[in-house]
Amino acid sequence: MSEPLRGVVVSHAAVAQSLVAAVGAITGLADALTAVSNEGCDPDALRERVAAAAGTGPAVLFVDLPGGSCLTSAVRLAQGRADRAVVTGVNLAMLLEFVFHRDLDPAAAARRAAEAGGRAIQARVA
Amino acid sequence: MTIALYRVDDRLIHGQVVVGWGQPLSCERIVLVDDEVRASDWEQDLYRMGVPPHMEVVFASVDEAVARLPDWEADPQPTIVLMGDLETAGALCGRCPQVRQLNVGGIHHRAGRTERIRYVYLTDLEAATLRQIGARGVTITAQDVPTAAPVALEQFT
Repeated sequence: MSEPLRGVVVSHAAVAQSLVAAVGAITGLADALTAVSNEGCDPDALRERVAAAAGTGPAVLFVDLPGGSCLTSAVRLAQGRADRAVVTGVNLAMLLEFVFHRDLDPAAAARRAAEAGGRAIQARVA
Repeated sequence: MTIALYRVDDRLIHGQVVVGWGQPLSCERIVLVDDEVRASDWEQDLYRMGVPPHMEVVFASVDEAVARLPDWEADPQPTIVLMGDLETAGALCGRCPQVRQLNVGGIHHRAGRTERIRYVYLTDLEAATLRQIGARGVTITAQDVPTAAPVALEQFT
């Protein structure tokens, strides 16, 4: 049996931990995602944290901003690997979509999550 | 003088630089001085992703930065000059006497370093390197974001 698709949320400060906790509270799925903070890390240390969280199997790496240390660490780990994908601008909606579609391959799961996250962003004004 | 900030930060281009400093300084250009990134198109693409389109990004080797610094200083575009390590900072400060101030924005934990302040970890050799740069007349302070109080060199080396 192949390894299940893992999700790793990489963020500044405690954003990742909070998002992962929220996914657990909403879905009851406590082990689908792992949170990584960049707090106190130089780039090498952050890459090691993300690598440890991603393990050796397929994974989707969700990062908060489309630039900066979280993104660079994630992209370096995904570079040249078909079983890794990176999604930027992580939000709760995309993570909820992801945890229920971990049967997809990483690229398809990443695209699906990104689309769900994008749909969740709306400006409702009078 | 439109070099608004000379900063050492091992995370290179990231949120604190682009947003934290870039916004209040009305920065229009970031110069990343790093020989390794300068030699890698792929890494340049990666770092460019974190910068808004109105902001120019220049990737320079130390030699290129030394040569072009007078042009950047004369140019009205407010500019942040960013270096990832103290070796690069020492080289630039040593070869460019017009660099009078240096911001230490983030040097993080790794083996052999000890915590000096929350976001600055140094080996004894790195601390000595900073003091040597300071002894050449460069005012060095640690300050991660503009709203934090600057910490004088003597307090973290």
